[in-house]
Amino acid sequence: MTVTEPIVGTSMKRKEDPKLLTGEGQFIDDIHAPGELWMGMVRAPMAHATVTNIDASAAAALDGVHAVYTGAELNDMGLWIAPLPCAWPVTPDMANPPHFPATSSEVHHVGEIVAVVLADSRYGAVDAAEQVVVDYDVLPAVASVAAARDGSDLAHTSLETNKAYHWPLVPDPDALEAAFANATHTVTGNFVQQRLIPMPMEPRGVLAVPSPMGGDMTLYSATQVPHILKVMVAATTGIPENQLRIIAPAVGGGFGGKLNVNPDELLAVTLARKLGRPVRWTETRSEGAFSTHQGRGQLQKIELAADAEGKLLGVRVHLDADMGAYMMLITPGVPLLGSFLYTGVYNVPAFGFTCDGYFTNLTPTDAYRGAGRPEASYAIERAMDMLAIEVGVGPDEIRRRNYLGGGDAFENLETASTLVFDSGHYSPNLDAALEMAGYDDLRAQQQQRRDNGSSKHLGIGLCTYVEICGLAPSRALGGLNYGAGGWEHGMVRFLPTGKVEVVTGATPHGQGHETSWSMIVADRLGIDPADVTVLHSDTAISPLGLDTYGSRSLAVGGVAIAMACDKVIDKARLIAAHQLEANPDDLDFVAGAFTVKGSPDKTMPIQAIAFGAFTAHNLPEGMEPNLQEQMTFDPANFVFPFGTHVAVVEIDEDTGHVELLSYTAIDDCGNQINPLIVEGQVHGGIVQGVAQALWEEAIWDDDGNLKNPSMLDYLVPSPAEVPSIGTGYTYTPSTSNPLGVKGVGEAGTIGSAAAVINAVVDALGPLGVTDIDMPATPSKVWKTIQRAKQAQDQGEVQS
Amino acid sequence: MLVEMTINGQLRSADVEPRTLLVHYLRDELGLTGTNVGCDTSSCGACTILIEGADGVGESVKSCTMLAVQARGAEVTTIEGMATSNGDAGPPSLNPMQQAFMDCHGLQCGYCTPGMVMAATSLLSENPSPTETEVRVGLEGNLCRCTGYHNIVKAVLSAAGGGVDQ
Repeated sequence: MTVTEPIVGTSMKRKEDPKLLTGEGQFIDDIHAPGELWMGMVRAPMAHATVTNIDASAAAALDGVHAVYTGAELNDMGLWIAPLPCAWPVTPDMANPPHFPATSSEVHHVGEIVAVVLADSRYGAVDAAEQVVVDYDVLPAVASVAAARDGSDLAHTSLETNKAYHWPLVPDPDALEAAFANATHTVTGNFVQQRLIPMPMEPRGVLAVPSPMGGDMTLYSATQVPHILKVMVAATTGIPENQLRIIAPAVGGGFGGKLNVNPDELLAVTLARKLGRPVRWTETRSEGAFSTHQGRGQLQKIELAADAEGKLLGVRVHLDADMGAYMMLITPGVPLLGSFLYTGVYNVPAFGFTCDGYFTNLTPTDAYRGAGRPEASYAIERAMDMLAIEVGVGPDEIRRRNYLGGGDAFENLETASTLVFDSGHYSPNLDAALEMAGYDDLRAQQQQRRDNGSSKHLGIGLCTYVEICGLAPSRALGGLNYGAGGWEHGMVRFLPTGKVEVVTGATPHGQGHETSWSMIVADRLGIDPADVTVLHSDTAISPLGLDTYGSRSLAVGGVAIAMACDKVIDKARLIAAHQLEANPDDLDFVAGAFTVKGSPDKTMPIQAIAFGAFTAHNLPEGMEPNLQEQMTFDPANFVFPFGTHVAVVEIDEDTGHVELLSYTAIDDCGNQINPLIVEGQVHGGIVQGVAQALWEEAIWDDDGNLKNPSMLDYLVPSPAEVPSIGTGYTYTPSTSNPLGVKGVGEAGTIGSAAAVINAVVDALGPLGVTDIDMPATPSKVWKTIQRAKQAQDQGEVQS
Repeated sequence: MLVEMTINGQLRSADVEPRTLLVHYLRDELGLTGTNVGCDTSSCGACTILIEGADGVGESVKSCTMLAVQARGAEVTTIEGMATSNGDAGPPSLNPMQQAFMDCHGLQCGYCTPGMVMAATSLLSENPSPTETEVRVGLEGNLCRCTGYHNIVKAVLSAAGGGVDQ
């Protein structure tokens, strides 16, 4: 069948859904292998300690227990040839203490593995792990980045300092100094990016299956990054890469939390290899909370310099970033992913950014939805609200005065942070958001409440975010000393019967690539999207790929698919011209068929050409049989989606409770393939950012214990906490790729935390509140109100 | 011990340890892996199933909060029992709630989805015409990390026949 109406741009229902809606989705814990052993982890219950003795005899004596290995035994068994990898050594002198899947002696965070049990059942592994008795000598714990900076205790006794690296981006120090010297207005924001736990709904898990014939090893893992994992498993275990197959089955969300190379993955592979039996492990939620990496964890200082009208002259930023106990895959680089965005959507003549990374005795940090960019957006957007108050104009006006390009449309604009923004058009986007939110009316309601002395304060918060995604031009990553490229691979092949298989290196875990890629291919080739199958997430089927994270899949991987389609069409055109005895340039390709210009009866559908390419009976001289092409797309630039979000909150002065009354988002991700999917990404992203603003925080005590490691007390929002979300779009195509698309997976999170906290501070401004740390819980809001009131009272007494 | 119950209209049994959770009985013993486990504190609702009460109506139960032995003899419905089989004529037809989730894009990764569909089904059997707020409060025990709930709420209202504004 051929299709003439464009499919791209329509809200086609997802192909993924029927399986997932009927329980047919195969997630990691659904997959079993004959003879499998269940792995159980013995994890350190203290943050910094030395293991002095392990008594595994009781565990080993239990029925159904196959083996118990201590960390020291594991490290002596020759299971690995290198520590867990850090792919992003951000400076040549970055400290990177070795991190093995299990520790032999010094423990550096709660949850670090000190021994492993293997049992023949799920419950048996838990029983056995509980019976392993471990003695520790406790060492002082460095339980916060502030304590790490203070430096009176060391997180690693092998290091002389807790500081892991210092990373500067100060393109013109003299200009930056002059900007602050010449400023009429300066504001300083000191913000805390609390640690967050990614908590995808599916816990992580692994199943390593050795081939009974020896050699080959298949690792199933609930991972976002099967391709990266394959390289890293080979590099750390010494298993030849060509004997490894990694499969990410249906993956139940990631949000960065499954973007790593984890101890359990290497333990499963190496123990399965040693024992010649499949080894599996599924984390419990509470186990994952402190053993799988966390996100954020930064202390931010941002200073703005502006002239009398509030036009920015300079932005200066310093971060103290919490690495946690070890450098994992991209731990040190996460804060730097945001470094370029502390100038936001604004025209900033002078810019400087520095970051100090510190080790703590807490679970390692790494990517979490937005990875560095929500932090940057939060800092600049909070600081712009501070500047608006300082200058005495509204938050909308301060933004308008500073928008890049004066708020007009621009393309390929260089910024002070050394980036070239592909495209932007900020003023109409702000206008649309203010109109949809009913901004003027909201301000009137706010004033009315204030005039009436209401104890229910209304707050309106704005954020115009920009983000950098579509990771990434390989050269740019090389410049940042990242250990891999940023290209993506795609293949499009016609089968003899006219059906199409698409192979992508992107690795979806909820993003709907099977649907979106089918739409791109269907439109390009003029076929029915139902005739397209998208294959992914298995390195034996899709050998080339760099996986899904950093809002890159469409802007890099989807583009590769479109370009591969174009190559297919180019080849098909030559075959059609040959068989129709026409010049290739005289053929039109419309609705899936080549037709000779002016001779509508001389036509060939592309499926017939595909069959001809398969039989190869009558191809142009020297042409390879079959109709399949591949493309590796390495973008020349990042993409820079943007948008304006408006949060409206009501705060009960007597209880400190913050109610999110409404949320409006006008996003611009360039051209859209499937608006239904775009909107879903926006909704989910927003709620994760709102959750950082109001509810979520990994709370650590002074000894380095995680106090809220479960869904009972780590407050992932339920449907009852959030309102429906108002969405709308502007469309400013990217210049970085031929589809004109930008990423949208992280955008909502990047815009929403700042919008919500700006609303909270806006609500409480008349009470004297100028800032509040996230999450703005009722107790924190109430205490902040009391402190502000006391300060105001004291001020009145003094005056 | 031998534990027997009716699941999706079929009598099923397995010999399990007395401490076996119902969710692990379903998943590990019977291979009904559509019911998922998302937490260990009965917070997330990914394991929600229906157990028929005395009135013959399925009530939502978090299957991680029950031992399998406590469900002996019960009439259980899991996500595998929701669609209607078409025999050899083709794939099963989604039931109206499942169809509403698909039409409204009420799922992304799909991990919370089986539990969400079961909880929503139970909600509508108790309250066939809920308001948006009633849907949100009614599904409070089911967490989703992908959708921000907007489209889940929309799907449930749509399945209730009320429709919903965009």
